[in-house]
Amino acid sequence: MLTESEPHYRQPLLKTPFHERQRALSQLDSFVPWAGYTTVDVFTSVEQEYFAIRNASSLYDLTPMVKYRICGADALRFLNRLVTRDIRKVGPGKVAYTVWCDDAGHLIDDGTVFCIAPNEYRICTAERQLDWFRASAIGFDVQIREVTEELAALAVQGPTSARLLKAVGLAGVERLKPFEHGAFRMPRRAGGEILMMVSRTGFTGDLGYELWMAPQDAESVWDALMQEGRTRAVRPIGSKALNMARIEAGFVLPNLDFVSAAHTLYLGTERSPLELGLAWLVDFKKGHFTGRRALLAEQARGPRRQLVGLDVEGTKPAHNALLYTERSGKKEAGSVTSATWSPTCKRNLALAMLEAPYIGTGSSVWAEIYLNRELVWERRMVRAKVVERPFFAPARRRATPPADF
Amino acid sequence: MSHPARAAYDSIVVGGGHNGLVCASYLARGGRRVLVLEAADRVGGAAITREFAAGFKVSAGAHLLHLMPPALIRDLGLEAQGLRLAAQRLPTLALAEDCRHLALAPGDRSRLAQASAADAAALEDWQALLARFARALHPLLSQTPPRLGSEAWRDRAALLGLGWRIRRLGRKDMRELLRVGGMCVHDLLEDRFSLPLLKGALALDAVLGTNLGPRSPGTVASLLYRAAAAQGVEALALPQGGLGAVSEALAGAARAAGAQIRTNAAVERILVREDRVSGVVLATGEQIAAGTVVSSADPKSTFLKLLGAEHLDAGFVRRVAQVRSRGLTAKLHLALDRLPQFPGLTEQDLRARLLVAPSADYIERAYNHAKYDEFSQHPMLEVTIPTLVDATLAPAGRHVMSVIVQYAPYTLKGGWDTQRQTFTDRIIDTLGAYAPQLRGSIRASELLTPPDIEREFRMSGGHWHHAELALDQFLMVRPVPGAAQYQTPLPGLYLCGAGCHPGGGVMGLAGRNAARQLIREAA
Repeated sequence: MLTESEPHYRQPLLKTPFHERQRALSQLDSFVPWAGYTTVDVFTSVEQEYFAIRNASSLYDLTPMVKYRICGADALRFLNRLVTRDIRKVGPGKVAYTVWCDDAGHLIDDGTVFCIAPNEYRICTAERQLDWFRASAIGFDVQIREVTEELAALAVQGPTSARLLKAVGLAGVERLKPFEHGAFRMPRRAGGEILMMVSRTGFTGDLGYELWMAPQDAESVWDALMQEGRTRAVRPIGSKALNMARIEAGFVLPNLDFVSAAHTLYLGTERSPLELGLAWLVDFKKGHFTGRRALLAEQARGPRRQLVGLDVEGTKPAHNALLYTERSGKKEAGSVTSATWSPTCKRNLALAMLEAPYIGTGSSVWAEIYLNRELVWERRMVRAKVVERPFFAPARRRATPPADF
Repeated sequence: MSHPARAAYDSIVVGGGHNGLVCASYLARGGRRVLVLEAADRVGGAAITREFAAGFKVSAGAHLLHLMPPALIRDLGLEAQGLRLAAQRLPTLALAEDCRHLALAPGDRSRLAQASAADAAALEDWQALLARFARALHPLLSQTPPRLGSEAWRDRAALLGLGWRIRRLGRKDMRELLRVGGMCVHDLLEDRFSLPLLKGALALDAVLGTNLGPRSPGTVASLLYRAAAAQGVEALALPQGGLGAVSEALAGAARAAGAQIRTNAAVERILVREDRVSGVVLATGEQIAAGTVVSSADPKSTFLKLLGAEHLDAGFVRRVAQVRSRGLTAKLHLALDRLPQFPGLTEQDLRARLLVAPSADYIERAYNHAKYDEFSQHPMLEVTIPTLVDATLAPAGRHVMSVIVQYAPYTLKGGWDTQRQTFTDRIIDTLGAYAPQLRGSIRASELLTPPDIEREFRMSGGHWHHAELALDQFLMVRPVPGAAQYQTPLPGLYLCGAGCHPGGGVMGLAGRNAARQLIREAA
């Protein structure tokens, strides 16, 4: 929590309400900063944590996710002018993943919009957006308040996550469909109940839920899940394992797959949602939204480049690899933004920004991979093929009710 | 009247101020069916003549005609529409408390030469230089501002043309233009002149109607702008019947060209269909369809009130909301039982523009108050007594004094309601130093503060120029990038008011430029 006495920039990284519990379990003591908080990137080993996501259940502390409460008579109109999707279709109890752009149609950030009640929303973002939201609020009757510190958030993801939540007493959670949320009561061990919001959302592309609670309830919820999870191979996970899962799911991350137009310094490094392959999020029919005219012009002009999924030859992740049209490496075709070996798909995956001529599924480019073999560097040119995203999309992700393990 | 299914008008001009009327004339001449909608009961906007006390009339906003290019007046045939000038080439008199008043251009400069031969020579030099600058810059005022970074030939040609005209000034003048262009007028005057009264009078021209003091950056630019508009020859004129007569003539010209004009027709909203302008709706609820709407209202009113932020991108809206448009200028109208005596001046001398700006520091001190939401204790004044040359404005033997007053903040500490009379008294006392018997001759007075000006003339912030005339709101960034070429982000919506290049003052070029741009785009 921020204290009144010290301005935020004089304070060290904040600790989330789950911090003490996580520190106790963090064998590597490996913490990284995220949005002003200190968070774990690996507890024990990336692989073990990754397999908890795909084969059991994982707990991931997403409290640092920036959260705003948006309400007021024009809240819906404000959001619909802010983001690219039609928020009129997101009624109470629903969640939508969306992006927002600047006037030039360049991506500022992505996030999820939760409709709590008519004209009352919560929007979760990767980075702080108050300045942009306030600019967007000119002319609208809307109140915007950052509530990041008022809420603790925990992602429970994996094929057994619904079962785990039911086991701690969140009855009815299995009825939530993807992108739905609801209010739930969890029995407190000491008696009484913990009120929380549960949403069927996540960043793993797997079956999973996100729990939103008051900070003072955070440790009780954590303890209950870990206690119940002892026999279910439940693990806390860090951001590295999550990153593997999100690449398999084909999700983009700011500052890895694109840089927010609010931060770019060099002209031409901004990216539009169309370039990121997020055209499905852009609803041109809903009426005006910021960036609409620019995106329409871009659509008419056709893409200059696009983020695509790559299946890379071999097993070495193509981190930051430059991509070429020919093995000779004479002509560049783009570069890799995110890469991982996928233990589940048994494929060497990457997300890459490719120039327009090469973005079609099935087209093939060459990746230049640098390997460090005991400080002896090797350069390899391997074939990389454009494939459909997501790389991994199990049926359990959408099944309602989920399988009851 | 029939109600055709097709829109009865091609273009609707929102606001019947001088720019709206000029724009309507040129659109109508371009073959468009044009309708001008004016909220007030008469055309003119802030260029109107109206009664302010029984039997006394005054130009309620601008009180001198000096920026409208003669070519525009000729082209629109304003004389044929009845425009007469009661006085032309009005001299300027800088008033001094010791009665050693200075007569400035045009006219007799012998007093100035007596006071300082060096300053008289320096003034000749400066005005000649200003005239050369003005000739180089004037063509810019009649153009759509070029877009920076654009590859269109017209933008490039405009930039090249400007560069060429500046280069053609010659090495010495060009260097001087680039040196002084961003300076404050105080420094420029310190460089060239020594008489405080002369410096005060010249500084006044740089800051009149603005939210700037002589030491504010960019005040030389506003002086250059004023000079460029007047093409270097400051020819102050008093129209017969006040500035309202100019507006009536402009309306006559617009009607003659085929435009229709409706008064008492306040536009409430600009209508949008499928991301295009489709017409307007009036305060009465009446809808009028048109494919293009040209707004002479200020940018904030146009975009934030009439159109609405939801039709615009957020970054653009933020830029519009940030346009500086806080007026600092008030207007005082006095109905006088008799002509006041100014010791040291004859009645003939009073047929002039009288300035109360004894030094640049005096103006800066007057400005200091306004920075902190107070009115000037010793305000800077520009005074005319139009009834000396125009008997139509007051009963026989009586007079009207029209005073432009700086500085009067838009947001006054404690509010204007309780301090209106105090400020009026301050102004009258200030004038009293030059005309001791003035107070006894006042029959009635009217003070228009910036909030009054905002209300009466529908100008956001009560700013005479709709948007501050400063380097960051000039040319291709006036009023904001994205709307500086008269088009706006919304297809079919255009701007033509003082908030556009080349700005305010009763000039009319914004209206003409906008009409030309619209016609060019349609072609």
